[in-house]
Amino acid sequence: MTAMPIPAATEPDDAPAREPDRRSVVQARGLSLTFETADGPVYALSDIDLDIDQGEFVSFIGPSGCGKTTLLRAIADLERISGGTLTVNGVTPQQARLNRDYGYVFQAPALYPWRNIERNVTLPLEIMGIPREERRARAREFLELVNLSGFEKRFPWQLSGGMQQRASIARALCFDPALLLMDEPFGALDEIVRDHLNEQLLQLWAKTGKTVVFVTHSIPEAVFLSTKIVVMSPRPGRIIDVIETDFAPDRTLDVRETQDFLEVAHRVREGLRAGHSYDD
Amino acid sequence: MTTDALAPDATASVANRVLVSAGPVLVVVLALIVIWYAGAVYLNAPGQMDAFKRAGTDWTMGDLIEGTLAQDRPLLPAPHQVVVEMYDTIIDKRITSKRSLVYHSWVTLSSTLLGFAIGTGLGILLAVGIVHVGTLEKSLMPWIISSQTIPILAIAPMVVVVLGAIGLKGLIPKAVISTYLCFFPVTIGMVKGLRSPDPLQMDLMRTYNASTWQTFWKLRWPSSVPFLFTSLKVAIAISLVGAIVGELPTGAQAGLGARLLAGSYYGQTIQIWSALLTAAALAACMVALVGLSERLVVRRMGMAR
Repeated sequence: MTAMPIPAATEPDDAPAREPDRRSVVQARGLSLTFETADGPVYALSDIDLDIDQGEFVSFIGPSGCGKTTLLRAIADLERISGGTLTVNGVTPQQARLNRDYGYVFQAPALYPWRNIERNVTLPLEIMGIPREERRARAREFLELVNLSGFEKRFPWQLSGGMQQRASIARALCFDPALLLMDEPFGALDEIVRDHLNEQLLQLWAKTGKTVVFVTHSIPEAVFLSTKIVVMSPRPGRIIDVIETDFAPDRTLDVRETQDFLEVAHRVREGLRAGHSYDD
Repeated sequence: MTTDALAPDATASVANRVLVSAGPVLVVVLALIVIWYAGAVYLNAPGQMDAFKRAGTDWTMGDLIEGTLAQDRPLLPAPHQVVVEMYDTIIDKRITSKRSLVYHSWVTLSSTLLGFAIGTGLGILLAVGIVHVGTLEKSLMPWIISSQTIPILAIAPMVVVVLGAIGLKGLIPKAVISTYLCFFPVTIGMVKGLRSPDPLQMDLMRTYNASTWQTFWKLRWPSSVPFLFTSLKVAIAISLVGAIVGELPTGAQAGLGARLLAGSYYGQTIQIWSALLTAAALAACMVALVGLSERLVVRRMGMAR
C-alpha cells in the first residue's frame, strides 16, 4: 500500500518546479477526482499519490472503472482534478498541455478518415506551424520507426487495426514529446498482434528514452513493458500497490516464461485481489 | 466501380448489374404509365360521352377510348399528349419564344440557383454560429424551426409585395423565397455535421492545443461534408419549389410557376402537366448533380471505398 503521509503540502519535495535537477515528470499528491452526474457524485479517483520520473515506463493496471484512464486523462488535462495537486514536468497539467509536452495515444486510433497516413501523422506538426518539407521528413522518419514505410499515401480504411494504431503512435511521436501517454492502445487488437506491438513498443522506448505512461488491463502486458507497475482498484479509484521491476531493457517475449516475471505477475494479481478487483 | 473492374467478365457483369438495378425501376415506370392511361380513360369518359351525345353520333367502346385520349382539354391528359406537348414546347420552339418551356425553365432555374446559393451560405453560417456560440443555439433555434412551420404559400405573396414596394422585382423576390425554404435543411444538417467528430477526435485536437479555428478547418468542417451533401439534396429540391411558388403571385409573367398558373386559368391541363413534369425532371437532374459532386468530393477526400 502506498500510505504516503498526508497532507502532501508539508512535504519538502512538493515543489519540483524549483528543483530542476530532480527529474520528476509526473507528481501527484492527495489527488482526487469526482464526476458530478445526475445520479450524484461519482468518486473516480481518491487520494492518489504518484511519482513518475524521466525515462520510466509506468503502467496503470486495474479492472474497468478503477480510474486508470481517468488518471491518465487528468495528467493530459483532459479531465480536471477535484482535489490535491498534480504537476506534469513541474507545471500544471494545463500548462503542460499548452506547452505540448506530451503525445497521447487513445484506445482507438482516432485517425481522420479524409487524411492519408502521412497527413494524419503530420496533423500535429501542421497545427504547430512546422514547414511542409520538415513535416514530410518527420512523417517519413516516424513511419519508418513504427514499420509503416511505404504506406504514406494510403488512407486509414486501407490499413488493418494494428497498422492504424501504429500510425497513431507515429502521430503521437512525430513532434518529439518527452512524455508519451498511452491509453490501452492495444486493447482492441488480437493477442498475436498485441505481443508483436509490445515488443516494438519496448524497443522504441529503449531507443528513444521517452517517459511512457501506459494504461492496460492485461497483467502480462503490464509486467512485460513496465519499469513500474501501478496497481489500481475501483470504488473509489485508488492505488493499491506500486511494483518496481528490473528486467533487461532488451528483453524479448521469452522473459514471460522466467520465474522473476511470474513472481511480479503474481504480486500484481495479489494486489488486484487485495483491492477486491475480483469481487462481485 | 472498383469491384467490377477486377472481374474478368467485366462487360457481362456490368450488363447484368444494369439489368438488375434498372429492372425494378422500369417495372414501376410501366405500372405508373398503365395506371395513368386507365385513369385518363376513366376520368375523361363522361365528358367524351357528353360530346358524342351532343354531336348525335353513335359510338363504340373503341371510339370512346380513342376519344378520351385525344381531348383538347381533358380532365387528365394521357401520357402521350403530355409528351407531345413537351416535345413541342421544349424541342420545337425557339428558346427565346414565350411559349418555350426551356425559356420558362431557365427563368425558374436562375432564381432557384440564386436562392440555393444564398440559402446554403446562410445555412452554413447559422450552423457555424450555433455550434460555436452556446447562446446562439438557445436564441436562434426556436426561430429557425418556427420559420418552417408557416406555409410558404402564405409567406410568398407578402415577400413579393414587400420587396416589390422597395423596387425589387423579378429574380430577387423568388430567390428570397427559395432561400427561406432551403437554408433550413442546411442549418439542421450542418449543426449535426459540425458536431459529428467523435470525442476522441476532439480530445486529440485538445492535446495539440489547437485553436478553435484550427479545430474547425481540420476536423469539424471535413467531418461535416457528408452531412452537407445530404442537406444540399433536400435544399436544391425545395429551392425549386420555392421559386415556383414565388412565381404564382407575380401575375404569372414567366417561369414554370407562371405556366402552371396560366394553364389553370385557361383549363389547359396538358400545359399544366407538361410544366409539372418539366419541373420534376429539373429537380431530379439537380439532385443527381449534387449527388455526383458528392461522389467526386468524397473520392477526392479519400473516403470513397
